[in-house]
Amino acid sequence: MYDYVAGKQDWVSAGLPTEGQLPSRPRAGDVARKDVPTCRVNEALDEVAERVRAAGWDASVVVNEERVVFGLLRAAELAAGRGRSVEEAMRPGPSTFRPNVPIEEMAGFMGEHQLHSAPVTTSDGRLVGLLLREEAERAAHELHHAATEGDER
Amino acid sequence: MPTEVDRDRLQSLIDEGVQLVEVLPAGEFEDEHLPGAINMPLRKIEAEARDSLDRSRPVVVYCWDYA
Repeated sequence: MYDYVAGKQDWVSAGLPTEGQLPSRPRAGDVARKDVPTCRVNEALDEVAERVRAAGWDASVVVNEERVVFGLLRAAELAAGRGRSVEEAMRPGPSTFRPNVPIEEMAGFMGEHQLHSAPVTTSDGRLVGLLLREEAERAAHELHHAATEGDER
Repeated sequence: MPTEVDRDRLQSLIDEGVQLVEVLPAGEFEDEHLPGAINMPLRKIEAEARDSLDRSRPVVVYCWDYA
């Protein structure tokens, strides 16, 4: 007999698959962009900025070799000037969110706090992806629309 | 006494065919549970375990968190 002491909360916070009625509703981890560019603290900022722009992004998540989030580079930080390191320019310790947060809750929070993007991480801080507000709002809107249509039937 | 396992060890046990038992109330189980888990609410576990579980395979129990 074994006891998974950290329980269901630990499992869903890690963004692992589940079964039941709730998983059919999109959550932060489903909508977060997994293709967000990442970089390391010791990289040169201008090199990272060039790579990020070439990938069509205006943000990068600063992680270590285990993908634990250390900071965030948004457009303003990426344009912070030549000769600096990522560590000097990044916004350290950004607020992170768990993958199991319902998308409508995330969209509301990001709108209320004017967050353009939010890193989604597992409970042990590993990057799942970057949630963009416009994509969270779109997913929440589609969910609301589907629910309204369902009520009308 | 059960042996405590973390998420990584649990994933290995699932691959090995462990029986996964959620002990939370039925409503919480229906909302969401780990893949392949069965539900035995804590109050009924003693009565149900004997009939529902395969004695030859290991069992992992879990609830919501450490509490």
